[in-house]
Amino acid sequence: MSAAAADPGRGERITPTLLALAAGDDVLIATRNLDPGRHHTSAGAVVVVLEPVALGHKVASRPIAAGEHVVRYGMPIGSATTAIAAGAWVHTHNLASDYIATIARRGGQR
Amino acid sequence: MNSTAPSSFLGYRRRDGRVGIRDVAIAVYLVECARVVAEAIATGLEEVHVIGFSGCYPSTYAHGMLEQLCTHPNVGAVALVSLGCEGFDREQLAEVIAASGRPVTTLVIQQVGGTRATIARGRAWLQQTKAEAVGRQAQLGLSDLVVGTICGGSDGTSGITANPVVGRVFDRLVAAGGTAIFEETGELIGCEHHMASRAVTTGLAHEIEARVAKAARYYEAMGHGSFSPGNAEGGLTTLEEKALGAYSKSGTGPIHGVVTPGQRVPGPGLYLLDVVPEGAPRWGFPNINDNAEIAELIACGAHLVLFTTGRGSVVGSAISPVVKVCANPDTYRRMSEDMDVDAGRILEGAASLDLVADELIDVIRATAAGGPTASEGLGHREFVLTYKSSEPTGPSCLPTAR
Repeated sequence: MSAAAADPGRGERITPTLLALAAGDDVLIATRNLDPGRHHTSAGAVVVVLEPVALGHKVASRPIAAGEHVVRYGMPIGSATTAIAAGAWVHTHNLASDYIATIARRGGQR
Repeated sequence: MNSTAPSSFLGYRRRDGRVGIRDVAIAVYLVECARVVAEAIATGLEEVHVIGFSGCYPSTYAHGMLEQLCTHPNVGAVALVSLGCEGFDREQLAEVIAASGRPVTTLVIQQVGGTRATIARGRAWLQQTKAEAVGRQAQLGLSDLVVGTICGGSDGTSGITANPVVGRVFDRLVAAGGTAIFEETGELIGCEHHMASRAVTTGLAHEIEARVAKAARYYEAMGHGSFSPGNAEGGLTTLEEKALGAYSKSGTGPIHGVVTPGQRVPGPGLYLLDVVPEGAPRWGFPNINDNAEIAELIACGAHLVLFTTGRGSVVGSAISPVVKVCANPDTYRRMSEDMDVDAGRILEGAASLDLVADELIDVIRATAAGGPTASEGLGHREFVLTYKSSEPTGPSCLPTAR
């Protein structure tokens, strides 16, 4: 996790707000609506989130190159359509199905 | 939900030997022209639900579905409501119901003499029949239950909380000798190889892979995967991401067979319901909405259906209770009265998957014993049945001996 930094460990209680589902996953899941900034993962790392991310949405755990498979829970969920920075929101604007295209409602993006 | 639900409960034993957890009488319209009369027959009568088929042209699929639904173990009596000139073979349906030992009457509006006369006759018959019902007396346990599952209004939380909770419950249900059904081959695209590795025979493994490939071809031809705008708004990006989450509802145990809509599961174990028709698309999307799928799970024999939702669904069903397992903590706070189980707590670290699975088992027992689910209490009795083609699966899809 290249975006991660060691936790400074000042003794305060840390509440993880990014869920690491499986080791080696390319994405982390927001467990609440997140503001940009430092967020702790359930695996004990810290990721700097670059933009607001809604609950249930995904954040890149590492820089992902265009065309790379994106792995969640150990399984590919599609391919990156553009380069994705660590800490960026991962969704339909930068990730596409390897099977059937996703159809979104106009203006429906959160 | 309390954790003191009894390990056994009382249900209804039918004359054909099957056991149910509800004693529902159904008014069944056999064409849209008879629907309002069927609804008027049921209005205000306790535990009388309305199902039916709107088409005037005959449909082998719809006929098979109504045969299974009218002889479902939760159903105690059936009033068929026909206009008179539609294509549905009402005589054959009535024969199948009568052969199952259930009281059945056929009301042909054109013969009885119109709307008012048919409503009066149907209500009188149902009131008399319900008064003669025997009540709960069969001692049942988890091993007697057939439980289906569906996800609707999925979001990025579904695959992390509610779906794996159902997977754990399915593992325990099947270990206890019960029957579990998961569905929607089109929502399992990308999971076929892992699923095949769980099949009890190599023949079944090949069937599973072939059926998911068929589903992918079908949805590609339709130009639209099983993926709604709400899924994307909730954080799911691709069909395979949604599938990965949906797949976790099936648990981790062996897969014993594959059935198709209108085909009753042959015995205990874990089954995949393949809802996608064979061949090129003929009648449209495999299922037009969640309730069309719920009806198919119930036709396979499901006594109750576990419905996981992230965005928040409110639906229930005719015939079998629907239990809502809410995946998303924000949704639960907004819509708690529509939900039976709060699995979103898992996301916030307030509960483990195993704890919520224990809770869901308790809810299943309490529901089987007669306790109303949220959707039952709110009066949800949705039902959808449309034109479709469906062929029963063959021996390679069904367990030979267990």
